[in-house]
Amino acid sequence: MSDATAGPVLRVESVTKRFGGLVAVDEVSFDVQRGEIFALIGPNGAGKTTLFNGITGIFPPTSGRIVFEGRDITGSKPHEVAEIGIARTFQNIRLFEYMDALDNVRLGQHCRMDAKLWDSLFKTPRERREEAATIERAMELLRFVGIERYARSYARNLPYGGQRRLEIARALATGPRLLLLDEPAAGFTPQEKVELMSLVHKIVEQGITVFLIEHDMRVVMGISRRIVVLDHGEKIAEGTPEQVRGDKRVIEAYLGKQN
Amino acid sequence: MVGWLRRVWETDPRRDPNAVAYIALALGAVAFPVWVTISTSNAGFWIGVAADAGVYMLLALGLNVVVGFAGLLDLGYAAFFAIGAYTYAMLASGHGSATPLGVTIHMPFWIVLFVALFVAASFGVILGAPTLRLRGDYLAIVTLGFGEIVPRVFRNANEWTSGVNGISALDTPELPIWIKGPWSGDPLALVTGFTILDPLAYYVIMAVLLVLCVVLVRNLYNSRLGRAWMAVREDEVAAAAMGVNTVSVKLLAFAIGAAFSGFAGTYYGAKLSLVSPESFGFSVSITVLIMVVLGGMGNIPGVMVGSLLVYYVIFIVLPGLPEFAVAVVNAIGLGQLAERSGDYPGIGEFASRLKFLVFGLILVLTMLLRPQGLLPSRERAQELTKGTHEDTTIEDVNAEVG
Repeated sequence: MSDATAGPVLRVESVTKRFGGLVAVDEVSFDVQRGEIFALIGPNGAGKTTLFNGITGIFPPTSGRIVFEGRDITGSKPHEVAEIGIARTFQNIRLFEYMDALDNVRLGQHCRMDAKLWDSLFKTPRERREEAATIERAMELLRFVGIERYARSYARNLPYGGQRRLEIARALATGPRLLLLDEPAAGFTPQEKVELMSLVHKIVEQGITVFLIEHDMRVVMGISRRIVVLDHGEKIAEGTPEQVRGDKRVIEAYLGKQN
Repeated sequence: MVGWLRRVWETDPRRDPNAVAYIALALGAVAFPVWVTISTSNAGFWIGVAADAGVYMLLALGLNVVVGFAGLLDLGYAAFFAIGAYTYAMLASGHGSATPLGVTIHMPFWIVLFVALFVAASFGVILGAPTLRLRGDYLAIVTLGFGEIVPRVFRNANEWTSGVNGISALDTPELPIWIKGPWSGDPLALVTGFTILDPLAYYVIMAVLLVLCVVLVRNLYNSRLGRAWMAVREDEVAAAAMGVNTVSVKLLAFAIGAAFSGFAGTYYGAKLSLVSPESFGFSVSITVLIMVVLGGMGNIPGVMVGSLLVYYVIFIVLPGLPEFAVAVVNAIGLGQLAERSGDYPGIGEFASRLKFLVFGLILVLTMLLRPQGLLPSRERAQELTKGTHEDTTIEDVNAEVG
């Protein structure tokens, strides 16, 4: 285990993703260190979400390797990736709209539960205990992200900010060691963004590494320790917020070339 | 039991129509035999009809797992019903000697029930495994094909199933030895009336099967697996990303759904003492699907109520339609309409030709007036009343915050 805990949590090794002739992600490599807040930024269409989909097994990369805690997970199925300890949220919120907030979070605990078909069919004491425990844990997570008052509301009826938080709670319920957040602050008011940043800090304090995609520069520069910048599928910069902010290619990518 | 009753009592029935439906169904099941015995001369017939309705109720409960819980549209559900029935036919009749096997097998009904359950469930997995990559309409087409193939195989595998003639003279179920006991014989004679030839006996067996199945399905619905089914129905990608193995969850839905029709098939074969490939056509699959949709997809008591009503309409109202039409025209003094003249076949025959038009109308009207089904699940009711509900609920939520 020392090997797994010593190295980077996530290692992305020259990952490429092609959709037909389009190269969405081109030979991208970087490491995410344990316990840090790591950000992936870039203009629209740079391939950020594609890379997330590649890591979580939704669209496996065309070539390259993804290594999580020293273990090659390239080509693993999404549910296997979740089981191994990587959870994610989605850019366009994908909650189970017609399940209540509590059940959304309980569903997140699915892969950490042991009840077999037999237990469920006959409601064995073991199953009852486990179900009770999941409810307790789910309430705890709802409190953690600050939406416990919506526990019994349908996910779709939560206010926008509540839905984003619920997605985070659901992802945390899978018991991850690495959490991928895809534009968690999109559509937030400045006040909400501040609250989100403190929530992300709270998550990191629990020993979970956070890897996020974000458009809002103030959020990114404010919370991340290191940043990777993608443009047209290529990595154009990597470093601390200060390094990235001053990088010529990054400025060009965002503001266009100066003649 | 007392605790359960109190809980039902304490929850406002208007907020939980399910509890009311369960109680009504249970009371109805007990009262029905008594009622027909008192009020009609051929109680046995009606009790038999009710037991047959129970077969469809079992099928609807099973299909509800596949369609209602997991959201997989299965148009070939009758195939599993056929497999269950033929399993009983092969394992509990004299037919074995007519097959290449050359020996007859007489297994007890109670054991075949569970054998058929596993056989049908296995076929559920066999069908599911290659097809579950498909979604929505594509899955529906493949299951439709499976539903056509299975009865056709039974029809054409002459050597084993004696083809169109089907297999007849299936064993009559017997009470297991431990119920027969000393008290069933002459001196005490407590259970003598309960021969399994008696329609009431079949009725009781069906009631027991139904109670068992409802309890099991309810447990599943409220379990880890039930949540996974709902999640897969709502958003497969998100479910997978949250650690749900969508393939195995969907396979389980297929297998469990099929298991129910294995039950239903065995019971059906035993009661009718005959299975033939004609009894498991597309119309059976569709009828069961109608029961599920019309009753309230995803809601167990809804599906049960739906199956009773649809069964009542198809097998009692529609066949009685011609007689009813004749009676009506006679009563209003237009008796000559009942006579045939020239091309006109008489009102009775005319009505009988319109049977399915009437059935169609009933379906269309029900779905127009109550698209969510008679007794929908909480989620489905919401899904179909989007706009209106959304606003009110969000208002509520804000009020809570302020």
